[in-house]
Amino acid sequence: MTERTLPPVTQLGMASLALIVAGGIYLASYLPRQVPLMPAVVLLAASTVLLIVNLLLLGRVRDFAWTRFVAVGKWALLAYTVTAGLIEFAFLRDGMSGAPLIVLTLSIVVYAVHVPVLIAFTVARYD
Amino acid sequence: MTGISTTQTSPDNAQAGAPNAVPNSVPALDFQVVPLKGLPVVAVILTGLVVAIAANKLWPLVFLHVAFGAAWTIIDLFMGFVIGPIMGKLPPPARIQVAIRLMPKMLLIMPTVVTVTLAAGWQLGTLMGTVDSSYYNHAWIVASYIVVGFMAVIALGLLSPANVAVLMELRKPKPNPQVIQSLMRRFIFAAGFTGTLQIAILVIMTRIRVG
Repeated sequence: MTERTLPPVTQLGMASLALIVAGGIYLASYLPRQVPLMPAVVLLAASTVLLIVNLLLLGRVRDFAWTRFVAVGKWALLAYTVTAGLIEFAFLRDGMSGAPLIVLTLSIVVYAVHVPVLIAFTVARYD
Repeated sequence: MTGISTTQTSPDNAQAGAPNAVPNSVPALDFQVVPLKGLPVVAVILTGLVVAIAANKLWPLVFLHVAFGAAWTIIDLFMGFVIGPIMGKLPPPARIQVAIRLMPKMLLIMPTVVTVTLAAGWQLGTLMGTVDSSYYNHAWIVASYIVVGFMAVIALGLLSPANVAVLMELRKPKPNPQVIQSLMRRFIFAAGFTGTLQIAILVIMTRIRVG
């Protein structure tokens, strides 16, 4: 197997997902009470930073199989957008609103972008 | 998928009879990474989920959460403790034959089963009040969030990417056997880990049910 020097996309992606999962658990565990949003916002911000860092590091890789990355990534993005939409629908159906809804919606956006990036990266890195 | 048999190995991987030997080459295979015939079934199930959430009735939500949750638990346990170890001991050509039949189906089954279980479960918890922090078994509910959170990170970060990548590798004109070996090892490890966490889910769910 040809070993290439690639950024730690999978590790950063898993850390990013773990942060938004932690934020979601924090908010969900206090329902229906109002809780300070700051911990969830901090976790979401850290997760978003990891997503951006991941994309920047990946964008700097030379001779990467971008065609394969995009070919796989677009279908994965479609699939995970559908699942993200279903989760968002459940939140809206439950009458969630205001700042908690914004935090959870942005968390779902990070999830719907980062998972396809991880799938596309894992495929393209071996091309 | 065209008629592929286990005899479809090249002379280069004659040593592959040893379970963990890496063959020198793997023949290119023709199969669908995503089984298109399964997509309408997934669409029907997800439509049923949307209808159940919108209706917010007890029975459809219980049915979807229990039926799909049981499927999720059993599939994870079976993959982690039965299929995974068996695949790990198979000669690579046989492992590939199992993989090209099993993994495309898993690519549709698992995200569907997980999405339905979690979305129906959340709606059910809202309807029954079990997700409220005032619920007397709240600590067990939060424990279930944490275990599911771990499983989600492993499944989304390791399992799904390895699943897709090994199938894409097998479709190449000259698949790299070492890449396949490495990705399959990752898949089996992740399946075993989530299978172990499913035991915790069984403990938590039965504790919640008993009260």
